[in-house]
Amino acid sequence: MTATPLADGGDGHLPDGVEPRTFDGDQRLATRGEPVYGEPVQDGWRAWDPGRSKLGAMLGRGVETGFAGGDTVLYLGAASGTTVSHVADFAGPTYAVEFAPRPARDLVRAAESRPNLFPLLKDARKPATYAHVVESGVDVLFQDVATRGQGEVACRNRQFLADDGWLVATIKARSEDVTGPTEVTFGHVVETIESEYEVVTTERMDPLHEDHLAVVARPR
Amino acid sequence: MTGDGWFAGCDAGDTATGAEHVREGRADAPADWPARAVESGFAPDEETYYTALHEACVAATRDEATEAERAGDQQLVHAVRAMDDCMRTANELAERLSEWAGALFDADGGGVEFARAVADREPTTPDEERAVSLAGRVVDLADEAADLEAYVETRAPTVAPNLAAMAGPVLAARLVALAGGLESLAKKPSGTVQVLGAEDALFAHLRGHASSPKHGVIYTHEYVRGTRPADRGSAARAVAGKLAIAARVDHYSGERKPELDAELDERMATIRARAEDDEEGDDG
Ligand SMILES: C[S@@+](CC[C@H](N)C(=O)[O-])C[C@H]1O[C@@H](n2cnc3c(N)ncnc32)[C@H](O)[C@@H]1O
Repeated sequence: MTATPLADGGDGHLPDGVEPRTFDGDQRLATRGEPVYGEPVQDGWRAWDPGRSKLGAMLGRGVETGFAGGDTVLYLGAASGTTVSHVADFAGPTYAVEFAPRPARDLVRAAESRPNLFPLLKDARKPATYAHVVESGVDVLFQDVATRGQGEVACRNRQFLADDGWLVATIKARSEDVTGPTEVTFGHVVETIESEYEVVTTERMDPLHEDHLAVVARPR
Repeated sequence: MTGDGWFAGCDAGDTATGAEHVREGRADAPADWPARAVESGFAPDEETYYTALHEACVAATRDEATEAERAGDQQLVHAVRAMDDCMRTANELAERLSEWAGALFDADGGGVEFARAVADREPTTPDEERAVSLAGRVVDLADEAADLEAYVETRAPTVAPNLAAMAGPVLAARLVALAGGLESLAKKPSGTVQVLGAEDALFAHLRGHASSPKHGVIYTHEYVRGTRPADRGSAARAVAGKLAIAARVDHYSGERKPELDAELDERMATIRARAEDDEEGDDG
């Protein structure tokens, strides 16, 4: 799939609530909400830094992600909330799973001003520990866990996704295998994902996010 | 109870119970919880449901993250003690080795560096074989100490961000270890923090260089060690005072407050300015 530059073919691929805005003379994607990581804010719009956010980079490159705006989202690997705070700005109910305590505290802070953002200190490999909280039939399952077994994580969390929903996963090669060739590692992960999903797009995220592959897929 | 949502047996207004359910509950599979919550009468509508969910998730995650981090202080305590044990043992064995291998190989030297050189030799006799093997153990222990130090360096800023920033990660870990945990360190008055570890064996060999017995491990802080003897008492008090505050902030809030470092830097600048103003010293 080819990426359309931001200013080009309009913003047809952008979810409602994400807009290109001008900050200091530069066109950047932005969402409306309280700032979280020191990003520039103008008229209530927060610039979305594509260098710090893989989803921000994907939207900037025109990748079709399935996010429409107002979606119900399960976000795995939320860390301190950099990206998921933008997601919650334009999406509906947004469940944010993170298993490390320190970033989870910052995540809680980002959630305080966002009534639709639900932080959960849980392990994404153990969906039974949050299936009593996260609703079924979510529109988008977003994953950025950068840990071994990324393909497995996507498969185990398939149960939350609506049949017509979307999986958007960013895969870090070095989290799976530090020595092997990147392409081979990505191949293995994508193969695992294909046991539960139909892959729509894969795209390398260089140069902003080296060593990362974006995968967009629909449930089988 | 593997088929219920987090809100089962809970009132919408009761965030504490809701948070506990979020933390402890499980389900085999997700369900349309918002609809079920409305059906069961937990909430009159989905909007109210989501408000209660938000409150429960925020409370659950905040509390659990704080507790988990606090438990991290014990890992830090074990790691820094193990690090010191490894280093002390490595040095003791290195001394034994230098006597033995020094005679065997007609080589001079001591310490871990000497052990490294010996460990690289090809032994040619059974005696040499034992000495070279022992040298290998010394090197392994020193390497383990270095790995433990690296672990302490990554762990301390998570467990005690302000203390680690102000004291450096290793000294921060030693203070937590000497107090027995972050909570008990946070409860100590600054005068106690100042002398923590003065009884420690590790400190004994430093005592020769120290003019005042009025400091424990905080002696290793650059602001104490690097201050002229006449002002060291004031420096130790200033450092201990700020580290005690840092430990309290770390324990009770966990938030990083760079202004604490700035206050210590300022206080130290004042103390050190005296040395420039006055050659004799005025703090005995
Ligand atoms: C690359 S960071 C995510 C950055 C974040 N998505 C953003 O853009 O703001 C990966 C995160 O996944 C978390 N993580 C790794 N394994 C996990 C697991 N099994 N369950 C939940 N979180 C996990 C890590 O703690 C880390 O915070």
